[in-house]
Amino acid sequence: MEFLVASSIGVLTAGGVYLILRLRTFPIILGLALLSYAVNVFIFASGRLTIDASPILSKYENVIYADPLPQALVLTAIVISFGMTAVLVMIGLGAYLEADSDKIDLEADETGDRT
Amino acid sequence: MHWIILPVILPALFAPLIGFVMRWDIALARAASVTSTVLLVGIAVGLAMLAAGGDTHVYRLGDWPAPFGIVLVLDRLSALMVLLTSILALIVLIHAIATGWDNRGRHFHALFQFQLMGICGAFLTGDVFNLFVFFEVLLIASYGLMIHSGGKERMQAGLQYVVMNLAGSTLFLFALGTLYASTGTLNIADLAVRVAEIPPEEAALVRVAVILLMIVFAVKAALFPVQFWLPATYANAPAPVAALFAIMTKVGAYAILRIHTTAFGPGISGTEDLGGTWLFPAAIVTIGIGAIGVLGARRLMPLIGFSVVGSMGTLLVAVAMFSPTAISAALYYMVHSTFAAACLFLIADLVISRRSGDRLSAEQPTSQNGLFAALFFGAAIAMAGMPPLSGFLGKLLVLDALRDPGVIGWAWSAILIGSLLTILGFARAGSTLFWKSTAMLPDADMTELEDIRPANPATALQVAPSMLALVTLAMLAAFAGPVSAYLEQTSNQLFDRAEYVGAVLATPQEVSE
Repeated sequence: MEFLVASSIGVLTAGGVYLILRLRTFPIILGLALLSYAVNVFIFASGRLTIDASPILSKYENVIYADPLPQALVLTAIVISFGMTAVLVMIGLGAYLEADSDKIDLEADETGDRT
Repeated sequence: MHWIILPVILPALFAPLIGFVMRWDIALARAASVTSTVLLVGIAVGLAMLAAGGDTHVYRLGDWPAPFGIVLVLDRLSALMVLLTSILALIVLIHAIATGWDNRGRHFHALFQFQLMGICGAFLTGDVFNLFVFFEVLLIASYGLMIHSGGKERMQAGLQYVVMNLAGSTLFLFALGTLYASTGTLNIADLAVRVAEIPPEEAALVRVAVILLMIVFAVKAALFPVQFWLPATYANAPAPVAALFAIMTKVGAYAILRIHTTAFGPGISGTEDLGGTWLFPAAIVTIGIGAIGVLGARRLMPLIGFSVVGSMGTLLVAVAMFSPTAISAALYYMVHSTFAAACLFLIADLVISRRSGDRLSAEQPTSQNGLFAALFFGAAIAMAGMPPLSGFLGKLLVLDALRDPGVIGWAWSAILIGSLLTILGFARAGSTLFWKSTAMLPDADMTELEDIRPANPATALQVAPSMLALVTLAMLAAFAGPVSAYLEQTSNQLFDRAEYVGAVLATPQEVSE
C-alpha cells in the first residue's frame, strides 16, 4: 500500500509540474489541480497509513487508530484548493478574453521596456 | 483578553458588509472602509502598548489549550507588524479614495478589508497550518486587488501572479505535510520543543521541511531565485495596490523571522545551520538583481518594483545572521522599507496619471512638476539609503550588524554597491521624468500643448498620503534612538524561546492562575 500511495503521489506531482511548464492557461489549471490532488494525498499520508482504524483513541484498549488531524487538514486544503481553482479559471478566462491568447508569460515589452 | 483577535475579526466583519450591503454605494463603502481601517489603527496601537510590557500574550480560540487548539500569539514582534500594516493600510486607502482608484472597478473596499484580515491573521497566528490559511486569505484578496479595474496587461500579469502563488501554496502544503510527518505537531511553540528533541543524525526529514518552508516564504519575500514574479506584478498592479503589497513581501520576511528563529533557530542542533547557510547567499544575489534592475528599468513602475527586490535583499541579509543585533537592525530596515516602497508607488501614481504612461522619457512636464519632483526624490533618497531619511540609518544599522569576518566582505560590498546603483537608477529616472521634461517646454508651442494636456493639479487630499508616508520616514529617522531601542527589545524577545514556549504551552491550570 505504501508503494501504491507513494508512487501515485509521485506520478501526480510529475504530471502537475509538466503541465505547469506548458505555460498555457488550460494545462496550467489542470497541472495545479493535479498538484493539489498530490498534496492532499501526501498530507493524508503524513499521519501514517492505517487500515480499518477509527480516528479516535479508545480508552479501554490500546488499539491502533487513524490520526484525525491530517484528515482535518486535508479537508481545509481541499476546500481552499477548490476555491483557488475557481478563481484561477475566472482570471484565466478574463485574461484570455482581454488578450485573445492563453499564453501565460508576458511579452518582454510588458515587463520591462515598451518602446 | 479578546482584543488580540480583533485585528482579524474587524476587517472580516466589515468586508462582507461592504461587499454585499454597500456594493452600489461607493460613498458608503468608502466611509465603512475608512472607519474599519481607523479602528484597526486604534486597536493596533492598543495591542502594541499591551505587548510593550514584554509579556507574550496568548489567545486560545475556543479556549482549547495549545497544541490541540489554534492559538493567536501577541508579542512585541507581531504587535509591531500589525501596527505597521494598519498605518500603511490607512495611508494607501486615503490615496485610493482621493485618486478615485477604488471606483475604477468593483469591490475594491471589500477586497481591501479581506486583505487586511489575512495579513493581520498571518502576523498573529501561532500555528503553522493557520499561517497557511491566512496566507490563502490574503492571497485570494490580493488576486482580486491585483486585477482591479482590469486591462489586458494587468489581467495577464495577474494570471501569472495567481499561478505563481498557487504553486507556492502547494509547496507550502508539502512542507507542512513533511513537518507533521516528522514532528507530529504544527504549533510553532510545540515545534520548537519537538524539533529540539530530535538528535541531529535523525533530523533529515525535518531539515527537508525547513528548507521547503523557507522556499515558500522566499517566494513571498521575493528572494532569489524566486523573485521574478515581483517586478511584473507590481508594475502592472494598480498603484495603491502595489503600495499595499509593500507589506506582503514583509509577510514572507516575518514568517522566516518567526518560524526559522523560534522553531528551527539558533540553539536547536538539528536545524540551526540551515537558515543562514541558504538565506545569506540568496539575499546577496537578491540585492544585486534589485540594483541592476533599478539601473536597467525603462519604466517607472518596474523600477520601483526592482528597488523593492533590492530592499528585501538587504533586509534578509541581516535576517540571515539570526542574531539579536542583526534582527533588530533588520526590523528597523523592514519598517523603513515598507513605508519607502509604498511612498514611491503612491508618488509614481500621481505622476503617471498626469503623463501618457510610466515610460521613462522626456515629456511635457505635468502640473506641479516641482512638487512631484521633490516628493519623488524624497522617497528615492529614503529608498536608496541616503541621509537624512531613515533609509540611511537603516542601512547603517544593517551594515553595523554584519561585522562578522566571515560575512563582512560579501555583505558590505553587496549593500554598498547595490545602494550606489540604486541611487544612480533613481537619479537617472528622476531627472528624465522631471528635469528633462522642463527642457521640453521652450521648443513647443505652449498654447497647443495646453490643449492636449489639461492642467489637472493634484488636490491636497491626493498629495497628503504620500506626504504622510514621507513624514513617517522622517519621524523614523528623528526618533531612531527610541525606535531602535524598542526594536532591540523586540528582537531579544524573539530569541527568548523559553518564554514564548512557556506562554503558549501553559496548561489551563497555569493559565487560570
